[in-house]
Amino acid sequence: MLNKIYDWVDERLDITPMWRDIADHEVPEHVNPAHHFSAFVYCFGGLTFFVTVIQILSGMFLTMYYVPDIKNAWESVYYLQNEVAFGVIVRGMHHWGASLVIVMMFLHTLRVFFQGAYKKPRELNWVVGVLIFFVMLGLGFTGYLLPWDMKALFATKVGIEIAASTPLIGHELKVLLAGHPDIIGAQTLTRFFAIHVFFLPAALLALMAGHFIMIRKQGISGPL
Amino acid sequence: MSKKQPVSRRQFLNYTLTGVGGFMAAGMLMPMVRFAVDPVLKGEAAGDFHPTQQKVSELTDTPVRVDFSYEQTDAWYTSEVTHTAWVYKNNKGDIVALSPVCKHLGCTVSWEGNDHKDKFFCPCHNGLYEKNGKNVPGTPPLKPLDVYPTAEKDGLLQLGKPEANNV
Repeated sequence: MLNKIYDWVDERLDITPMWRDIADHEVPEHVNPAHHFSAFVYCFGGLTFFVTVIQILSGMFLTMYYVPDIKNAWESVYYLQNEVAFGVIVRGMHHWGASLVIVMMFLHTLRVFFQGAYKKPRELNWVVGVLIFFVMLGLGFTGYLLPWDMKALFATKVGIEIAASTPLIGHELKVLLAGHPDIIGAQTLTRFFAIHVFFLPAALLALMAGHFIMIRKQGISGPL
Repeated sequence: MSKKQPVSRRQFLNYTLTGVGGFMAAGMLMPMVRFAVDPVLKGEAAGDFHPTQQKVSELTDTPVRVDFSYEQTDAWYTSEVTHTAWVYKNNKGDIVALSPVCKHLGCTVSWEGNDHKDKFFCPCHNGLYEKNGKNVPGTPPLKPLDVYPTAEKDGLLQLGKPEANNV
């Protein structure tokens, strides 16, 4: 049945070369943990991507209940965690996944660094990777405020004060982030929500596409 | 071991990998999907009776408008809502409390609205109902007005959750 549907589409659109090009290629021996167990270090990039997929999915589901409003944000988080079936698991996936993504990304960076895999011709991919790292930190920073509890509020105060200590443009940067010269409140929360669910994920997807296209084009770096 | 191999090594690996992968994907998606469909599975709360200020002894055979308010909980948001009923005593002396929500598209009907004698009238599309809530054929509504379960406490009327009316 599935084969028939596939053949029907393939006959018309010739999709086989497309997915072959994306998915069907051999893993080099030095990257395959079945040959050298130490090759598991090559898994961290894929694991970062896997956790990112979980973050996007669980985040999409969380927004079914969450509201970015100072009166209701905490109440809605409390409700979805305690009253909705599996709420504690879905929120837990997003909460722990956020830390895990940083850990995996860091391990991936260490591997690339210590193997010298960033060297010519792969310098651009290193640069894009570092941009992804900053976007991930931005996602972590903006997501931290959204539950609107005391920890979130004071962590954001500290973060915004750090931004305010930037030379020359510190004050403008602070107002841009908080949405108000001295209040961390209603406008900060909506801003952080918009940045967290629209702007940074869009940037992340674009950067990841670049990251993957480059690795596909250049291939993985050779054995040490 | 027989010489025939009904399942090749490649097929076997395909099946096991698909199975394990599917199991892992299901383990990931199941909590999220259950989380999303929770409102459907929660079911509806049993209709409690809400007190009104209408004295039962003052009801006549002419429908009167009874407004009543109660606290409604919508997930994390609690608020006071006001609902309306049209209440009268029928010729057997039973209390009839009709919901004013038109069964056509949900507008609000009123007794003898727009000078329709002895009828409930809906202004949106000229829907008409008899006094007992029965929809008048030839007007838009296809079902009679819902009816509130009624109760009496300390001489005052109490109303439950509207139900389908089978007049």
